[in-house]
Amino acid sequence: MLTKKQNLDALDNFSDNLEIEGRSLWKDARIRFMRNKAAMVSLVILLAIIVAVIVVPMFAEFAYDDTDWYALHQAPSAAHLFGTDSLGRDLFVRTLIGGRISLMVGVLGAFVAVVIGTVYGATSGFIGGKVDRAMMRLLEILYSIPFMFLVIVLVTFFGRNIVLIFVAIGAIAWLDMARIVRGQTLSLRGKEFIEAAHVCGVSKWNIIRRHIIPNVLGIVAVYSTLLVPSMILTESFLSFLGLGVQEPMTSWGALLQQGAQTMEIAIWQIAFPAAFMVVTLFCFNYIGDGLRDALDPKDR
Amino acid sequence: MFKFILKRVIEAIPTMLILITVSFFLMRFAPGSPFSSERTLPPQIMENINAKYGLDKPVMEQYTTYLTNVVQGDLGPSFKYKDFTVNELVTAALPVSAKIGSFAFIFALFFGVAIGTIAALRQNTWIDYCVMSTAMLGIVMPSFVLAPVLIYIFSINLGFFPAGGWLDGSLQYMVLPVLGMAMMYVATFARITRGSMIETLNSPFIRTARAKGLSFSYIVLKHALKPAMLPVVSYMGPAFVGIITGSVVIETIFGLPGIGKLFVNAAFNRDYSLVMGITIIIGFLFILFNAIVDILLAYVDPKIRY
Repeated sequence: MLTKKQNLDALDNFSDNLEIEGRSLWKDARIRFMRNKAAMVSLVILLAIIVAVIVVPMFAEFAYDDTDWYALHQAPSAAHLFGTDSLGRDLFVRTLIGGRISLMVGVLGAFVAVVIGTVYGATSGFIGGKVDRAMMRLLEILYSIPFMFLVIVLVTFFGRNIVLIFVAIGAIAWLDMARIVRGQTLSLRGKEFIEAAHVCGVSKWNIIRRHIIPNVLGIVAVYSTLLVPSMILTESFLSFLGLGVQEPMTSWGALLQQGAQTMEIAIWQIAFPAAFMVVTLFCFNYIGDGLRDALDPKDR
Repeated sequence: MFKFILKRVIEAIPTMLILITVSFFLMRFAPGSPFSSERTLPPQIMENINAKYGLDKPVMEQYTTYLTNVVQGDLGPSFKYKDFTVNELVTAALPVSAKIGSFAFIFALFFGVAIGTIAALRQNTWIDYCVMSTAMLGIVMPSFVLAPVLIYIFSINLGFFPAGGWLDGSLQYMVLPVLGMAMMYVATFARITRGSMIETLNSPFIRTARAKGLSFSYIVLKHALKPAMLPVVSYMGPAFVGIITGSVVIETIFGLPGIGKLFVNAAFNRDYSLVMGITIIIGFLFILFNAIVDILLAYVDPKIRY
């Protein structure tokens, strides 16, 4: 028979064993993300590309606009790692500089889209009712406007300005974001735990801060990661048509366009920028998928 | 059903109006004019030109005139190709794009669904992994990377297909543009189909069908395919939009006389009326196709009531 003291000890130990360290939503997500090999490898590669794109051109032997008339269309060699283009410019440096522009446009475009989309979607979802219906109707109208064509018009008529391109492609992409955020807020508003918080007397602001924002943020994070590659694609699309960044500045799309014209004689001029772009897009997509698996509450 | 379609048509009217208005005023307030060239024309001639195209009237009057004409199906004269109306130019270019686009769309839909279904049925085997990583490659490889690669392999090195041109749409000339346009959507359709197929095959009604002793292929084709098609059908709208937008690049690369190329040229030439006309027609196609998708969705999804 157990003495009273042993009994108490057992109880203590029992509760000790039960005390598992509490994990927050984000910690949970981080652990899950770290377990995803494809996403982690992509993250490492992507970070390497970002660092290379920022740092390496500073120490490179050539500038992105240095022309060398004695080295036109040169195949990759020790001096020019990726070869040279039709004006004898070093493609290694140009690819990296182009990557800078492409990534910058991608991230800024996605940022614009996320900000507009989140604000619009959250407002629509929170207010609900007539306002919500009107806002969604407007969204539907915007959906059926051929934006890519309007952007082409804008860029040809109002000048090829990189800022304009940011704004223009950011302004297209927010539509999906707004829909997603609205749906999420709407469904959150009706959830039991929000009602429970109301009943407990938590203030409205605290509910938004403590419950709504963290839950919406996951989805926003996932779709922002997936937005960046699609922004990069859009910018390349415009650059490919000759409407993006202007010479001697360059981006991956512009390099691809030039490479496509000379690929019969100089395949490396398209191969390297294409490889960089495809790898980057791959990484963003895998990271996005990994984040979705880690943050999507449905999979809990 | 008729009521539902009617409702969609009525809803499309304000959208079209907004589209026409936006593109009209964008054109009017754009700097530069289609008639400004290096050689400055004498003012009398400019006046005559402006009078011919009705540019001397107040903007609001121009707008109402344009609107009435568009409603009657007249998109006005082209500013740059002086002897043609916008209608004539579009009529010549649209069949080319429609042919390539519809081939690409059907190709993407058919192969995407087939590949996605196979991957779902062989979930987590090497077939699944192969198919899905190839699909990821298809998604991240935009048409303007894929098309040059296709040209490099199949025209320059192997010489199977011509690298460009149209020749009245003979089959040989269509293979590469269609492939270049469709691959991205084959991949996307495959991913979507795989996901929803796996979800459907795990649902209770499939288990019931299996318990009844139906053959597996019968279950997949008769029971699982239709509900699994829901997300595929709803992605058809964006895919259509993407294929039309992609035509701009594909037609430029392959030198096809389609609507995408016409649009880019018109934009570069500042041919306002042509740019406006094409934007309006494409907007109209978007709306039409979205309506078709909605009707299809209502047909496939018993939860949607109209």
